[in-house]
Amino acid sequence: MSVKQLSVFLENKEGKLKKAVNAMSQAGVNIRALSIADSSKYGILRLIVSDNETAIKALKEEKFTVKETDVIVVGVKDEPNGLNSMLEILEKKSINVEYLYAFVSSKTEEAIVVVKIENYEDGVKALKDADANLLSKEDLAEL
Amino acid sequence: MIWNEKAECMDREEKEEMQLALFQQQVKRVYENVPFYKKKFDEAGFHPDDLKTLDDVSKIPFTTKADLREAYPFGLFAVPDDEIIEIHSTSGTTGTPVVSGYTQKDIDIWGECTARAIAMAGGDKNSKIQNSYGYGLFTGGFGIDHGAKAMGATVIPMSSGNTARQLKIMEDFQSDILTCTPSYAMYLAESLEKEGFDAESISLHAGIFGAEMWTEEMRHSLEEKLGITAHNIYGLTELMGPGVSTECEYQTGLHIQEDHFYPEIIDSETGETLEDGQKGELVLTNLTREGMPVIRFRTKDITALRRDECPCGRTTVRMDRITGRSDDMLKIKGVMVYPSQIEAAILQIEGLTANYQIHVSRPKTLDEIEVKVETSPEVFSDEMKKIEEFERRIARKIQSAIGISVDVTLVEPESLPRSEGKAIRVIDERNFD
Repeated sequence: MSVKQLSVFLENKEGKLKKAVNAMSQAGVNIRALSIADSSKYGILRLIVSDNETAIKALKEEKFTVKETDVIVVGVKDEPNGLNSMLEILEKKSINVEYLYAFVSSKTEEAIVVVKIENYEDGVKALKDADANLLSKEDLAEL
Repeated sequence: MIWNEKAECMDREEKEEMQLALFQQQVKRVYENVPFYKKKFDEAGFHPDDLKTLDDVSKIPFTTKADLREAYPFGLFAVPDDEIIEIHSTSGTTGTPVVSGYTQKDIDIWGECTARAIAMAGGDKNSKIQNSYGYGLFTGGFGIDHGAKAMGATVIPMSSGNTARQLKIMEDFQSDILTCTPSYAMYLAESLEKEGFDAESISLHAGIFGAEMWTEEMRHSLEEKLGITAHNIYGLTELMGPGVSTECEYQTGLHIQEDHFYPEIIDSETGETLEDGQKGELVLTNLTREGMPVIRFRTKDITALRRDECPCGRTTVRMDRITGRSDDMLKIKGVMVYPSQIEAAILQIEGLTANYQIHVSRPKTLDEIEVKVETSPEVFSDEMKKIEEFERRIARKIQSAIGISVDVTLVEPESLPRSEGKAIRVIDERNFD
C-alpha cells in the first residue's frame, strides 16, 4: 500500500538540480512526480520515481543526501472540488497536511495527489474510511 | 602630554638596569611564594640566582594559558588573601576561566598605566571620559576607570550597551574621550549618523579602543566619523588588563609600559627569542605585580617590537598592532572562540559529524559568524520547517558553548573543502593587516 517518496537535499547553487536529475536519468530511473520546496539557502527535492533503490544508489554516488518518506497517494476526481473533497475528509479528522503536490496521467481520468501527513497511519485510516482511492506502488507503476 | 616623563622617557641603559633588578626580585619572589613557579623552575633547571643579565631571561620557563587555567581560581596568587583587593576574570567561554588578582599596589600600577594611555590620547584632569567598556569581571571597564581616577579626570562609567543613552550622554555631558571596543565605537558612530545627531554637537576628540583586533581602515573610518584620533590600546586579563601598551598621537605602534612589563618576541614554534623588528609571538612578564605575578606569559598574539625613536619623546619600546594569533583562537565580537568548542557543540548533536566550517566575516562593522554543517540522512528531513528547526537547534547549542550567536547553514555531504584529508575548519574573511 505505502508509497515512499524520495527527498533530496539541494544546496541553492547553480546546477545542483540538474546534477540530481541527471544522476537518476543515467541510472534509467523515471521520475513520476516531483516538487521542490525552497528557502533562501537550499531546496528539498521531493520525488516519486519508478525505482527507489536504483535512484538512491545513483544519488548517493553523487554525494546527495537522500531520504525515503512514507507519503499517501490518492486519486481524486479531475474536476472542480476534487482536491477539496479529499482535504475535507482530513479536515474532519483534524489531520494536518504537511505538504502536497499533484500530477495527472493520460492513463487515468483522475488527478494523482501526493500528500505528506505527520501521522501516516492516521491519514491512511481516515482516507480509507471515507472510501478514497488510495494508490499503491503497483498502481503507480501502471500509470 | 606625557603622564610620567621619568618612567616613559628613561634612557635605555637606565631602563634595562631597572628591568633586570625588578626581574630578579620578581623571580625570587614567585620562587619562594608560589609553589607552581618553584616546581616549574626546578623542573626546567632554572634558579632565580641564574638571572644575572637580561640575556638570561630566555632561560626562564614560559607560562602558558593552560598553566593559568590549571591554577584556577587562586593557585597563582603570591600574597595572602587579605592583600588581594580586586579580582577579574576572563569569560571562561573557552574553557576554564583565568582569574587575575590584584593588591592595592597592583591597582595603583594599573591606574598608572591607563592614566599614561589616557594622556597619550590627549586626556588630562579636565577630560570627561565616556567609558563604554563593560564593567564587571571583564578588565576593560575597571582598567580605564582606575586610570581616569588616577589622573583626576572625570569618568562616566557607561559600561557597554544601551546605545541611545550612550549617544545622549555623549552629547549632554560633552564627553571628550570615548573608550570601548573598536567595533562598538563603529556601531556608536553609525548610530550617531542614523539618529540624526549633529557631528558638531558632540565634542569627542579621542578614542581609546582595544580588546579586539581591528584595522587601519577601521581607524580612519572611526576618526572621520567621530572627528577624533583613535588610539589602539592593548592588554590582557592574565597580566593586568588594558594599558600594557597604547599608541601615542603619532600612532607609530603601541608604547609598552616597560617599567611594569618586560616584552619579548619569540618564534612560536621553537620558543627562541627573536630580534627587534621580527614578527613573532609576544611574551610578557609582570615586573612589578604583587598579587599574581605572571612570568614569561605566552600571549599567542603576533606582533613585532620597535625601538627606533618616536617623535613623541617617549623612549619605551613599541609593538605593532596585533595582526594575528599563533594558535587557532578567534576573537569574535571581542569574545575568544576556539574552533574546538564549536566542534564539541556540533558533536553533541546526534547524526552530525565533525564536518563543519566556520566562516567569520565583518560585513560592515560587526563580526558575523556562520557555521556550515554537512547534512547526513539522519538529520535531513523532507520538511523545510524541520530542517530550519534543526539549524536553530545547532545554533543554540553552539551559542551556549561560545557565548555569541551564530548562523547555521546545512550543506551537502562532502561539500566542505578538505586539504590533505583534513578539513579546513576556519575561514576568517576579516582583514586585520
